[in-house]
Amino acid sequence: MSEVELWIALILGIMMLSSAVLALVVKNHLAAVAAASVVSLGLALLFALMRAPDVAMTEAAVGAGLSSLILALALRRLGLWQIDSGSENSNLLSASSKGKDDA
Amino acid sequence: MIPGVTLELILYVTALGLVIIGLAGVVLSSHLFRMVLALVIAEAGANLMLVLSGYRWDAVAPILMQRAEQPAMVDPVPQAMVLTAIVIGVGIQALAVSILIRIRQRYGNLKRREVAEKMDAEIAASAGIRRDISQDAPLGERPLSPLPAHTAESRGGDA
Amino acid sequence: MRNLTGLLFAGGLGFMLLAIASGIDFGTPPMRIGEAIQSASPQEVGAANIVTSVVLGYRGIDTLGELAILFAAASAAGLVLGRRHTTTGTQRKGGFVLFHGGALIFPFLLTIGFYIIFHGHLTPGGGFQGGVILAAAFFLPLLARPGARLHHSILSVIEAFAGASFILIGLAALAEGQAFLQPMLNQDTLGSLISAGTLPLLYIAVGLKVGAELASLLSNLAQTESEQ
Repeated sequence: MSEVELWIALILGIMMLSSAVLALVVKNHLAAVAAASVVSLGLALLFALMRAPDVAMTEAAVGAGLSSLILALALRRLGLWQIDSGSENSNLLSASSKGKDDA
Repeated sequence: MIPGVTLELILYVTALGLVIIGLAGVVLSSHLFRMVLALVIAEAGANLMLVLSGYRWDAVAPILMQRAEQPAMVDPVPQAMVLTAIVIGVGIQALAVSILIRIRQRYGNLKRREVAEKMDAEIAASAGIRRDISQDAPLGERPLSPLPAHTAESRGGDA
Repeated sequence: MRNLTGLLFAGGLGFMLLAIASGIDFGTPPMRIGEAIQSASPQEVGAANIVTSVVLGYRGIDTLGELAILFAAASAAGLVLGRRHTTTGTQRKGGFVLFHGGALIFPFLLTIGFYIIFHGHLTPGGGFQGGVILAAAFFLPLLARPGARLHHSILSVIEAFAGASFILIGLAALAEGQAFLQPMLNQDTLGSLISAGTLPLLYIAVGLKVGAELASLLSNLAQTESEQ
């Protein structure tokens, strides 16, 4: 185990935990799906770090790719698909602040 | 590096944290779509934990090379199980999402409380029972009914 | 009240998992089965990727069960969603980049998907990953041209043939007097493309089945209702 692996794991762990929380509290549903996909992508990198290349490939293809695609298509059919448009920036912070204004 | 922070600690905290966040989300969220997302997150944590149980210091990935002596390898069995679990997980997720689509078509809403109330009403209507949610005889939220005679009377009243 | 109970439950489960995790020595797992498989797998199965030999060789019947669960989930999703007539006019067409980029990237995705499936017994990858990439390749044109339709009948024929050939390969081993799904044929040299007996054939069947299933699932989900 090297120092580099430790730092990579630390950064990935913090990123995954914070985006897991974000996926459950952010108001915009599309942003929540994106945050859940970030969790899957970080998980794929952690699997690669743990010497599990097979599982990492599966997680990257299935968890981060296909699962987000299924959730996004479902959002469209559920009528929850909303992207902030117009004058506002469509980044995550403005999405959450706009959600707070609505609530 | 910060003393006391090891790779083991970081990885276990990540895995356990994902499981706990996911389960708390399943229980606490008031929107059905968020429940599915929380389930996905909890599943990710469980998968990470399974892979961690097969990790080995200074080992290589379980792929054979053409050389005289094989170096130490990580455990392939948990990896094969996680491979299976990920693919099944996406199938379950697709099923959950399509049930959500049907719920939305039928009830026009995905808020947990409203859907549960409408579903209760429908079940009661199809079973031919009057729903006792009037002011004087609230049903539910009372594990031990103090007035068995009263409820029996009201049940008898419908029939 | 319900929230408090839920949080208590989640916290208690976390504590239990922590207690289990503290009992495992991180970095030095017991590996009783794992070590036996690692030492026996080059002679018994002959696949360079040991995870593949576990998935298809030692736990082949487990994979068959997984395929059954995936099939049940996908067909239940199709049943719940129902098949309804769709109007294509409500959906916007994809932009220039999506339209032509999709057409450009399609053969590459197809090549990568089949490469990953065919090399599943040598390198990381295999039927599941390659199948997902194949499904994505066939779904991409659908995203660019909302009017286009996947032929569900062709997909279900592919799926049925793949599933049947998986079981038939297993039954062939049974006919030879061996266990169900036992790897057969000669193994050849470790690490060459044609090696490991029937494992690559099984992975091709798995890849086609997973790809067809997921493609039909995605196209079901992508349809929008005409009303509403």
